[in-house]
Amino acid sequence: MGKTISEKIFSQHCGEDVYAGDLVIARLDFVMGQDGTAPLAINSFNEMGGKTLFDPSKVAFVIDHSAPSPLEGVSALHKLMREFSHEKKLLLYDIGDGVCHQLVPEQGHVVPGDLVVGADSHTCTYGAINVFSTGVGSTDLAAAMISGKLWFKVPETIQFRCEGTLQPGVSSKDLILRIIGDISADGATYMAAEFTGEGITRMEIEERFTIANMAIEMGAKAGLMEYDEKVEAWLSGRTQKTPRPVAADPDARYHEIKTYDLRQLEPQVACPHTVDNISPLQEVENLPIQQAFLGTCTNGRLLDLEVAAKILSGKKISRDLRFIVAPASRDVYLEAMNRGIIQTLVEAGAAVVTPGCGPCVGTHNGVPSDGEVVLSTANRNFKGRMGNSKAFIYLASPATVAASVLTGKITDPRSILS
Amino acid sequence: MLLKGKAFVFGNDINTDYIISGKYKFKTLDMNELARHVMEDLDPNFYEKVKEGDMIVAGSNFGCGSSREQAPLAIKHAKISCVLASSFARIFYRNSINTGLPVIECDTSQIEAEDELEVDLQKGIVFNKTKSMEIPVTPLPDVMIKILRDGGLIQHFQKFGDFNFD
Repeated sequence: MGKTISEKIFSQHCGEDVYAGDLVIARLDFVMGQDGTAPLAINSFNEMGGKTLFDPSKVAFVIDHSAPSPLEGVSALHKLMREFSHEKKLLLYDIGDGVCHQLVPEQGHVVPGDLVVGADSHTCTYGAINVFSTGVGSTDLAAAMISGKLWFKVPETIQFRCEGTLQPGVSSKDLILRIIGDISADGATYMAAEFTGEGITRMEIEERFTIANMAIEMGAKAGLMEYDEKVEAWLSGRTQKTPRPVAADPDARYHEIKTYDLRQLEPQVACPHTVDNISPLQEVENLPIQQAFLGTCTNGRLLDLEVAAKILSGKKISRDLRFIVAPASRDVYLEAMNRGIIQTLVEAGAAVVTPGCGPCVGTHNGVPSDGEVVLSTANRNFKGRMGNSKAFIYLASPATVAASVLTGKITDPRSILS
Repeated sequence: MLLKGKAFVFGNDINTDYIISGKYKFKTLDMNELARHVMEDLDPNFYEKVKEGDMIVAGSNFGCGSSREQAPLAIKHAKISCVLASSFARIFYRNSINTGLPVIECDTSQIEAEDELEVDLQKGIVFNKTKSMEIPVTPLPDVMIKILRDGGLIQHFQKFGDFNFD
């Protein structure tokens, strides 16, 4: 019987032929924790009687969720992470290095065919480069750090066939928002998603990361794509590891197959307070916004900043709003400076903050006020997500955010581009 | 073990940000402090209202969103005895078992606020005393039963130093 990408990767990591529904204990190629989850994992590690890591070169901690520390309590937890990292000789990415889900693939820690867990729900991001990666909690992370293994139920798979290419001004963010709106916040719970077809292969890797990143917003365990020459080119120079690409068999069994025609897709917006509350942009067009945010593990990459800079070049943002930009990593930040992108954004009126997660997760760097409307490129718009439960968060693409900061209200990027 | 308590009813898609907001969870590892803010954005007085043993009852996709283990831990430290939902998000479900918070998948549509509930974890039975109604429960996977039996994943590792499900 044919296998899905998930079934193949799990088979390779547990040493037997397994299929959806099987329970396995599988070997891990890389594990990661961030400053919201690693401190608790350190506690669990110690309580479990952990002494050494299974392989320090395969364990990374990233200080990104409140970085640099805005509070004494946070500082103490960061210190705990730094001391543990030093003692156990694991990889530590400290403040300013970037968001974990940008760093792990960007720094070459994961390659196609790998099985990876991270104590962060958006760990599914690396599926874009053919890695089975999934989010776990702190105690699972601790068990993984000790043993280099974890137990899994091999998931069923929903396949999304993406035909045709996106129209100008429409992006991969619009596609994944539409998909989540269609299948709902728990439409893929316990399952893996595979994204395939011409629509995906035509996309740049950075656009693919956006889609895989948001697989968890429909409950999925992973958001997987196949290996191609673009993945190969993206990996070259980043990693010493050897890719082991995995493709689904033609006769693999799927829970469901859904087809999307990308040519028909229009810009989409997720409205408060759930990610699956999706509207075509035109239904919320002209809604005044008080804050905009460009960044995060969803849309803080070089291409995202570049798209925004193109729209904002030589222009000024509306005086009625604040525009916060957080590049996804130090490397993204540097390259955006080299290309004049940061200059363009700052001249237009953006406030650039340290690469990290702060505004998205409500720890610092842009907490909105009561009743304010925020338009963000992030992946979650839950009530209180940005640190104030009386604010209203809308999610959209970088192009939509850039077009909207010019007018001060939700604006279709196609109206600016044309 | 027989759990007894009053139902506090919530809707569908209760995410981990609602269970414990990001603005608190990054500050401390003191779970008793985090417990004071559990469900705060949905019900500001929730922590004051619940008594030891009370239960959270919800619809589908309970615990969706982030991977924060502080979510089940904050619930546990608020002295909530268990969570009943028609379905759970995957990471929250694992985290609950790993940290020893009983999570029960069952049809919650007939449970109303303040109903008196009894949950027999051994037999896998939920009994709504107020409505004299027994509710069937979806059984846990074997691996999870073994972890729960050890008291959580920490205790499982203390005992075996590794995964051991034989």
